[in-house]
Amino acid sequence: MAPLLTMHGIDKRFAGIPALRSADLVVERGEVHALIGQNGAGKSTIIKILTGYYRKDAGEILFDGRPVEFSSPQEAQRAGISTIYQEINLVPYRSVTENICLGREKRRFGLLNWSAMHAEARALLARFKIDIDVRRPLMAYPTAIQQMVAIARAIGFEAKLVIMDEPTSSLDEREVEVLFNVIRQLRQADVSVIFVSHKLDELYAVCDRVTIMRDGRTVQVAPMNQLSRIDLVTSMLGRELSQVLHEGHDTTDTASETPGSVLEVRNLAIGRKVSDVSFDVRPGEIVGLAGLLGAGRTESVRAVFGVDKPNAGTVSFGGRENAIVAPSDAIRAGMGFCSEDRKLEGIIPDMSVRENLTLALMPQLARRGIVDEARSRAIVDRFIKRLGIRCTGPEQRIRELSGGNQQKVLLARWLCMNPKLLILDEPTRGIDVGAKAEILSLIRELAGQGLGVLMISSELEEVVEAASRIFVLRDGRTVAELHGDEVNEQSVMSAMAHGHESDREVAHG
Amino acid sequence: MADTATTLPPAHRAPRFDVRTILTRYGAWIALVLLILVNLAITPNFATWQTLNVNLTQVCAIVIVGVGMTLVIATGGIDLSVGALMAIAGALAPLIFLGKLFPLPHPAIGIALAFILPVLAAAALGWFNGWLVTRLRIQPIIATLVLFIAGRGIAQVFTNGNLQVFNLPSFQFIGLGRVFGIPFQAILMIFIVATAAWMLRRTVFGRQILAIGGNEKAARLSGIPVASVKKRVYLISGFLSGIAGLIVIARNSAADANLVGLGMELDAIAAVAVGGTLLTGGRATIIGTLVGALIIQLVRYTLLANGVPDAAALVAKAAIIVLAVWLQRQSYR
Repeated sequence: MAPLLTMHGIDKRFAGIPALRSADLVVERGEVHALIGQNGAGKSTIIKILTGYYRKDAGEILFDGRPVEFSSPQEAQRAGISTIYQEINLVPYRSVTENICLGREKRRFGLLNWSAMHAEARALLARFKIDIDVRRPLMAYPTAIQQMVAIARAIGFEAKLVIMDEPTSSLDEREVEVLFNVIRQLRQADVSVIFVSHKLDELYAVCDRVTIMRDGRTVQVAPMNQLSRIDLVTSMLGRELSQVLHEGHDTTDTASETPGSVLEVRNLAIGRKVSDVSFDVRPGEIVGLAGLLGAGRTESVRAVFGVDKPNAGTVSFGGRENAIVAPSDAIRAGMGFCSEDRKLEGIIPDMSVRENLTLALMPQLARRGIVDEARSRAIVDRFIKRLGIRCTGPEQRIRELSGGNQQKVLLARWLCMNPKLLILDEPTRGIDVGAKAEILSLIRELAGQGLGVLMISSELEEVVEAASRIFVLRDGRTVAELHGDEVNEQSVMSAMAHGHESDREVAHG
Repeated sequence: MADTATTLPPAHRAPRFDVRTILTRYGAWIALVLLILVNLAITPNFATWQTLNVNLTQVCAIVIVGVGMTLVIATGGIDLSVGALMAIAGALAPLIFLGKLFPLPHPAIGIALAFILPVLAAAALGWFNGWLVTRLRIQPIIATLVLFIAGRGIAQVFTNGNLQVFNLPSFQFIGLGRVFGIPFQAILMIFIVATAAWMLRRTVFGRQILAIGGNEKAARLSGIPVASVKKRVYLISGFLSGIAGLIVIARNSAADANLVGLGMELDAIAAVAVGGTLLTGGRATIIGTLVGALIIQLVRYTLLANGVPDAAALVAKAAIIVLAVWLQRQSYR
């Protein structure tokens, strides 16, 4: 039988720069197909061409036996291609039912048939073993539920092909398992799935075949079970694995002997989510904040940076206590903060790389309020080279860059200020393996030069590898401080689960 | 736009898109040139000083208010109160120089105060708009609606609803005076446009305005004093509305609180939109606003000079706005 989807020889250029060069993608009926590659490899572009978001420059697409060229995502949806994007695209103020049935409402006598729609929404969610009040507004539910609603909505369109672009990034382990069951159900129902993810475990758990892309080309197509992890990563990066992993894991404990903390947080309480959080960061060390979703990590560092007001507790930075009430105070005092959500709180999409990079530095670049463009250009050129930011030039708009390169620009935004402390909230989220390793080794190098780094990451492996000390948060409290040999995944996990009352005494002592 | 303040990538796009790119980026300029060419061909006596002067004086107030509006819109806001603030400034000035508000020691002082106080009052009310937006976190369209409704009422209370007629050449210089044959108000307009365009491109303040419009949360996390920048932007909008109000009453030798600046908010927003400023904020062009206002004015002039009634001119104006905003959307594909 002919494959469900054949994309052949697809070309696409943006501003003259090729994003896809004769790329191929073939998806069989009823298979789960992994699509992987580094950021900027062309995964998103090929998906957006398939769903009619972009137009291709060349090549052909066969879907369900017919040549197609969708001119809008709606058209693709009608033809049976549903997409779940990385960022959830739903209407937060409307009910769960409305979100699921939006665009294909059931009618009776010209009016909306609410009872039928509620029933359908409940039935679709029941497939995920989710039982919620579908009449309540979507925003009343946590992100993971919202993600499931997005998937239910996609499935509700009776799709022949469901595209999932990093669907698991906001799900916990149990929810991921539920999602995988749904994917397996889809496969049994002869629905194909394109699954985009950076997490190798997930790919091997659920996918049948894989297409690997690099620099806009399709470099390998293989059945999942015939491809080892090493081969997969090597093929994706196009270089030897040994170069990537553990590029010098030499965060020795010498740093921890340096006396005096650059940041000291004691008994911080903020709103409902944080009740008693304490930690400290010394110059030249990387400190990890670990904890499950909702443990209060992000809330704590936002308060440190002056974004939110704490109810109680002390924050001493550079020897001054509670002197920071706004981000501008924190920045003046020598702090930098890369927030969790790059798109929502990091980049200014319409501005150029140069303008984004110098955003915080601007007041210092100016004399009598007038920006010194020559100096700004010199600094930007230096950081583009230094961090290896891939762009057509400093004047390219930042939204045209891949996620990893956007993140590098945001890092540079703070590094050019010569900060004493850099707070990184999920610095490698949604970034491919190669850029991840680059960013982590960069952070290590900077810490080696005396910068204090406070890092939040949901990937335990990453925190354990990078940090020399880890504070574990649970339900808004610091439950453990781990250092030395204790910095390993087992002890972090057990602290997340049970807490170490004894270690907590260390944190306070 | 030659002057789009958020720097665009260098122009090496795929050749296929060239026509569209040119249309989007230079559409307003092309339209302006076309309008001038059409007028040279069909409108009698178009290429005269008088025509130029008539058009310049008609467009001045819109451009001056439009500059402030551009800055407000660049932060992602909007200012509906500009017309009402013009009426307030326009009502205050004659009260001052006619000595109705307080006794004047010397007429010259009265004239000086008649320039300064109304403009300051309008600026203060603009700051009040900004305060509503930042401190009370009211959406800009609602916050400025407050003065849109109340402002004209305040102006009428000042004057008891009376028309104030005057003949005072030294004050009316702002609306009627000429320097080397060029209307003074046109010189003032060009000065304001040039200053604002330079400020938006070259100063920290300008960059902050665009950053806030582009992504307010990111701007705040980068240490930009969002509230203070916004308040200043609304203040500037009020200040420029005050100046425009004085120009209008000086030109008419009369201040009618009912009519000064009536509908100005919409004309200014239209000029901003036609000029190519993004109405959601983050991308703005002052020169574009000037061109936009000139286009709207020229279309009206063309139709009137060729005997088409004013009502039809309004329809043409609407058509231009639709076309301009549609062209803007094209760059997002």
